[in-house]
Amino acid sequence: MKKNLTCIVCPLGCLLEVEQEGNEVVSVEGNGCKRGRDYAVTECTNPQRVITTTVRTQDGYIIPVKTDKAIPKSMIFECMRDINSLCPDGQNGYTVGDILCRNILGTDANVVVCADVRKV
Amino acid sequence: MYDVVIIGAGVVGGMIARKMAEYKLKICILEKDSDVAMGATKANSAIVHGGFDAKAGSLKALLNKRGSDMMEDICRELGVRYRRNGSLVLGYSDEDKKTLEGIMENGIKNGIEGLEIIGRERIKELEPNISDSVEWALYASTGAIVCPYGLAEAAIGNAMDNGVELKLNHSVRKIKKLENKFEICVDNEKSILAKTVINAAGIYSDEVAGMAGDTSFDVHPRKGEYILLDREAGDVVSHTLFTVPTKMGKGILVSPTVHGNLILGPTAVDGEDKENRKTEREGFDKIIAESARMVKNIPLNLTITSFCGLRSVGSTGDFIINMPMRGFVNVAGIESPGLSASPAIAEYVVELLENNGFKFAKRDDFNPYRESVEKFSEMTEEEKNQLIKKDPSYGKIVCRCENVTEGEILKAIRTNPKATTLDGVKRRTRAQMGRCQGGFCSPYIMELISKELGIPIEKVKKSSNEAYILSGRTKEDVHNA
Amino acid sequence: MRNVDLVIIGGGPAGMCAAVSAYNAGVENILILERDSHLGGILQQCIHNGFGLHRYKEELTGPEYAFRCEAELRKLPVEVQCNTMVTDISPEKMITAMSSERGIEKIGAKAIILAMGCRERSKGALNIPGTRPSGIFSAGTAQKYVNMMGYMPGKNVVILGSGDIGLIMARRMTLEGARVHAVCEVMPYSGGLARNIQQCLNDFDIPLYLSHTVTEIHGEHRIEGVTISEVDEKMKPIQGTERFIECDTLLLSVGLIPENELSRSAGLNLDSVTKGCFVDQNRETEIEGVFACGNVLHVHDLADFVSEEGEIAGESAALYIRNELKKSMHVPVVTDGKIRYSVPQIVTDNTKNIRLYYRAGAVFSDVKVNVLADGVVVNSVKKKKLVPGEMQYIELKANSVSENTAEIKVCIDKE
Repeated sequence: MKKNLTCIVCPLGCLLEVEQEGNEVVSVEGNGCKRGRDYAVTECTNPQRVITTTVRTQDGYIIPVKTDKAIPKSMIFECMRDINSLCPDGQNGYTVGDILCRNILGTDANVVVCADVRKV
Repeated sequence: MYDVVIIGAGVVGGMIARKMAEYKLKICILEKDSDVAMGATKANSAIVHGGFDAKAGSLKALLNKRGSDMMEDICRELGVRYRRNGSLVLGYSDEDKKTLEGIMENGIKNGIEGLEIIGRERIKELEPNISDSVEWALYASTGAIVCPYGLAEAAIGNAMDNGVELKLNHSVRKIKKLENKFEICVDNEKSILAKTVINAAGIYSDEVAGMAGDTSFDVHPRKGEYILLDREAGDVVSHTLFTVPTKMGKGILVSPTVHGNLILGPTAVDGEDKENRKTEREGFDKIIAESARMVKNIPLNLTITSFCGLRSVGSTGDFIINMPMRGFVNVAGIESPGLSASPAIAEYVVELLENNGFKFAKRDDFNPYRESVEKFSEMTEEEKNQLIKKDPSYGKIVCRCENVTEGEILKAIRTNPKATTLDGVKRRTRAQMGRCQGGFCSPYIMELISKELGIPIEKVKKSSNEAYILSGRTKEDVHNA
Repeated sequence: MRNVDLVIIGGGPAGMCAAVSAYNAGVENILILERDSHLGGILQQCIHNGFGLHRYKEELTGPEYAFRCEAELRKLPVEVQCNTMVTDISPEKMITAMSSERGIEKIGAKAIILAMGCRERSKGALNIPGTRPSGIFSAGTAQKYVNMMGYMPGKNVVILGSGDIGLIMARRMTLEGARVHAVCEVMPYSGGLARNIQQCLNDFDIPLYLSHTVTEIHGEHRIEGVTISEVDEKMKPIQGTERFIECDTLLLSVGLIPENELSRSAGLNLDSVTKGCFVDQNRETEIEGVFACGNVLHVHDLADFVSEEGEIAGESAALYIRNELKKSMHVPVVTDGKIRYSVPQIVTDNTKNIRLYYRAGAVFSDVKVNVLADGVVVNSVKKKKLVPGEMQYIELKANSVSENTAEIKVCIDKE
């Protein structure tokens, strides 16, 4: 079976043509780089996405966060719910890379802070 | 009990309030909307008409001339922007020239000075961008431009500073004539008693008169759509340009505004629905086509907004200013030139009452002056620096397009009549009125309003109570659970 | 009055990177004027990822990208003045700035770098008929409410325009629990990146209606719905295709415009296509010693290219201050219309390779992009696909043109 995909690895957005036999990807064409091929394979077998969102802290700051790895696409909303319920109290503010939640939903991805927030 | 209750906080009601505040009277303005100047006052051509075209002998002609003569001084007292830029009525043929001569003759009868028919060459000198097909024009040196909602706000603010009360969100439901007084029933509150009622309810003035038992006139809405261009386009013309008028009004005009924008419009569509302020594609097309007949190369890509106003067209063809029963004054059918006439209308109303035996004593402490919210923008650099030192909020520019500072916005929220909404701040300060239409500054203005009024930010509205901006906080469901 | 060697107006990625490169090229006395309370510009609210693949070889979110730029900058003794709005620049490079702390001050500069960024086109320019209710936001304003302030503009959303910010906000609002009913794009193709169509719309089954626009806005107070219609090739709505969609929010993502009001106050002319200044390969404008970079010059899709352009401007400003900026020719760069524009628009020296950045005016497949010097092909690149939403570049190799060259042209040819 042939399938067309838009690669989301980089802004070039290569058009990929993927040939699959059952669950197995047998060929990928149109990719500009190796990561495109990897993307095509995962996208056809176990599609994954990085989540970027915000967390509301106990004292009302809104801080940007992301999962430091892609998580299964099917878990996006479940994961959003868990991230939303985080309510950290960083006494001294937050620094880029601070981990707010480890191994979220057993995905092996951590929820990390994306901006420096100094409390005033 | 009030001596005077004025129904309607438009430019007419506002001017009357300010005039009557000169006397020892307890006055209240009732307004159905959440802010002043929300009817025809906020959406019109912003023109102080020369006064040449109202039919000689009519009340419109009399009050236009008087109002236009008074306007400059009043604007100075109230700190409202006004500019006597002169106007041109354009003609395209010798037949139009005859019409223009007729208008000029009418104008002379109205006592208007400075009228002149000019030919293509002079027109081109005055307006280099004039379209090639324009042959003749009636030039009126007394034509001027003003900020209409600024004028209403300033008049009402000044009246309030002199003791007049303003009740917003007070829609009048019933008026009962009692002996020597009126009982006015409003939504959600005790009824209000007044010795004298002034009906300045604009498009609803026929209904308000009807509540008091006067059904002698009707008012119907006439839609007028406008297109407003960025200040970058403000110097395309310097005079107010009209075309030869028709029965439906003065036609489409092209004019600079006192804030340096370019305004095109209005259309004229008669209707019945007094709340229908929808703009329509046909309206835009008409404005664009007609203004292109007048001026070459209007940069429509600099459009910043379009809007629609409703004029109150009275059934008599003239302004309806009368006293159908003792103590109840109608000020209705105030269509164009209502803005120009408004200061004269206020005087006329007082005269009408006095001629009917009402006696008012002047106060000796009336203060006719009001400091404009926009004053900062008119200061010299040195004055600005002194003010910033005293109040650092004037050093912080919130609206980048129109260079409006936090100090000015706070002043608009703190001075009479106080701004409580995003649109209220916009009309008073011009913040959000520029190229980006509030894209950058509205979140910040929301915070300022929220802080000043002590309300949560999601309770800050665009205009009316139902016009919310934010539906709630993010993650509300999990955080409140 | 203060005197500074180099004043940079704007502390987003363009301004920050310009400052770093200018310092590294030897300018010691640098001042950045930023109107916001923080450095980083619009990146602060762009919390999605996809930044930095070129520059940092990894995928970062906007705030992380800004953090890296700022970290590089903060190592250097560059003066940063936030909460300061520049209100005027004179052709003599005298800057008027205003802040609460310092009031109105005049700053004289040997060189100036313009890095003010861009703003979103507003609803006004579209003249959509109907009412004027609340609930209509530019996508970037909604982004600020959601990502920076933690508020939802609404729950049932229609998006007009398929620019990247609109697509990103479609996903963002969906993740925060809103329903995005439709994205309408008046053109027959999207203005955003293909990856964003995939990961922001397709991932969430949000329909994208190409050749569609909003033809009426409904609702007296808060928006209650929109009428959308299909448009013909001339982008006029086709009668009979109207459809009502109930919504409480309309987001607009209908294009970005460089913020060049200050450039104009300095007397600079603007390119009618880019809406930015005319610059040479050094990003020097028509006024000597005034440079422009980033989105104020032309709207970029990637922060990486913004940074790169900031570096070019910073280094050039350093050379200018030392009086070492080379100018040996004045050759205009033109395009063929299929290519909408190219930056730089002028080449004043060709001793080094020069990247000519360009944007296609429509969608093209299997074409050659050529650089011609007086009609002679000096470089040619095959492109499988060119779309207006993606900025590209082609090299003008060193010594391809001379002072005798009349014109450089970037154009598209069939393969």
